Amino acid sequence: MTNALFLALAYMRFHRIASAALIMAIALIAAVPVGTRVVLNASENALGTRAAATPLILGARGSSLDLTLAALYFTDAVTVPVTQGDADAVWDSGLAMAIPLHVGFTARALPVVGTAVDYFDFRGLAVAAGRPMAQIGEAVLGAGAAARLGLKPGDTLVTDAQNLFDLAGAYPLELTIAGVFAPNGTADDRAVFVEMKTVWIIAGIGHGHDAVQSVNGQSVVASPAIQQFNRITPENIDTFHLHQNTALLPASAVLVVPYDAKSAAILQGRYLEGDNPLHLIIPATVIEGLLQTLFRIGRILDAVVLIVGAATVTAIALALSLATQLRAGEMQTLFRLGAHRATIAKTIGAQIAIILSLGAVLAATIVIPLAYLSPQIAAMLVAAAP
Amino acid sequence: MIAIYDLMFTFTNGGFRLAVPYLEIAAGEHVAVAGPSGTGKSTLLNLIAGILVPERGTVTVDFRNIAALPDAARRAFRLQSIGFVFQNFALIDYLTVEDNILTPARIHPVLPLTLALRARARDLAAAVGMADKLARYPARLSQGEQQRVAIARALLMRPRIILADEATGNLDPANKGLILDLLFTQARDMGATVVAVTHDHDLLPRFDRTIDFRSLQGAA
Repeated sequence: MTNALFLALAYMRFHRIASAALIMAIALIAAVPVGTRVVLNASENALGTRAAATPLILGARGSSLDLTLAALYFTDAVTVPVTQGDADAVWDSGLAMAIPLHVGFTARALPVVGTAVDYFDFRGLAVAAGRPMAQIGEAVLGAGAAARLGLKPGDTLVTDAQNLFDLAGAYPLELTIAGVFAPNGTADDRAVFVEMKTVWIIAGIGHGHDAVQSVNGQSVVASPAIQQFNRITPENIDTFHLHQNTALLPASAVLVVPYDAKSAAILQGRYLEGDNPLHLIIPATVIEGLLQTLFRIGRILDAVVLIVGAATVTAIALALSLATQLRAGEMQTLFRLGAHRATIAKTIGAQIAIILSLGAVLAATIVIPLAYLSPQIAAMLVAAAP
Repeated sequence: MIAIYDLMFTFTNGGFRLAVPYLEIAAGEHVAVAGPSGTGKSTLLNLIAGILVPERGTVTVDFRNIAALPDAARRAFRLQSIGFVFQNFALIDYLTVEDNILTPARIHPVLPLTLALRARARDLAAAVGMADKLARYPARLSQGEQQRVAIARALLMRPRIILADEATGNLDPANKGLILDLLFTQARDMGATVVAVTHDHDLLPRFDRTIDFRSLQGAA
């Protein structure tokens, strides 16, 4: 067998481009359907797990899916906000914990998520470096966001401008990185977390004053100079203030964590009426509907891959057959020299076995990292969904 | 000893028929087979090697009828006992000179590829003037060089019979003599019989005997 392997390897080394093309084709045939299925399964798992870990979501009545994706994956699909007061009402009911979420702003294309520190306990997010945010203008990065941006505690990050030409509008805010969370393999990894007050400042609802010339009772005289972005410093932090009643300030959604099943049922009943501008949804139910759609798409994808795969396998069989025919002269030489039929068969078989094996190895090198990264890929795919 | 009796062979398309009533070649004899093209000289070599099987008659090598052997036994006989220098060289394009010479050892079902065999391959390459081109592929060799490699390959397994089909056909006159000397020297060392098809009448005196293929056929 050693000699058959030697001859097969020598042949492949000499005809390396043709052999590499065959190996690549086989690898892709195997890797594409398996890899797709792996990512699809991971997406289903990731979606299902995160949804199951989130009991209820309170939001403005409208698309349940948009609300769910905004609350779980920080998409900016929610157009009608709820208020901080709606979250406070849930707290005041004594039936559940309410965690407000504000999404829609970005920093270097990553979602800036305004929330309360309760969110970190609820999601089990542990600070791996630095500390949790303690004041406005501070941010804690998800592990993936920190890695992607190359930032660490003490660094700064400026939020993305919303409208370059609106001089009177909200300016980007320079955030100071207070800490970085340990990875948890969810959408939290690629988020930039800040306090609710910080997102309201980014939204232009709150602001501060640099170069304050005098503070005289109710009168404040500040510099009219236009700045590229806001920066919250120890010197100006006390000048930052909100221009509205906090209860009226916006949130995209409120995560509602009932204390028990009875509390959950009572809360759901309170938001059932159609004329209530708010609705309380069960994300697991919403995601289940989405998964059913994914499952149907997956079946179609499987069928397409099967058809394409069958065509490609046929093409590879033809290519191997042609390659064998191209070696007919060589086989004739081996026969005339006295090679046994089995030796000739082994030589051809070794070549096919090596090509198939290398194709399988290459497919595995594509699929294994894909399987490892699939939760993150799934989270990115979901977060990137319109 | 090679002995042929009442040999009859017809190609399947029926376009060519070879008939050899009687031919004997003594062990260790160096015989040239001469004659016009297309009369079946190469076919005769293929029949002696067991590559082709006659429809009638016997081809006996050392008192064993090769024509009557099963296919696997004929192949084993060929690998072990025949060194064949083919007319078209039949080198394997993806193997280097050294590995082409080693091919008979590589396709041997039981013989291990020993260091001694590798050393012999290099010695043979040196003997045919190819020592400095061991790593080259056939496509980068001249026709004469490919011929030399084919000769070295035929000698590797120390065959009892060397069949050469126009073995010097692509060589210049000086090298023809050298290659034939090499072939004869190696054959004598091994006690091998040489049967060589040639059109080159200048070389015929170097052989022990020349068989005029027309007269051989004419006796049929």
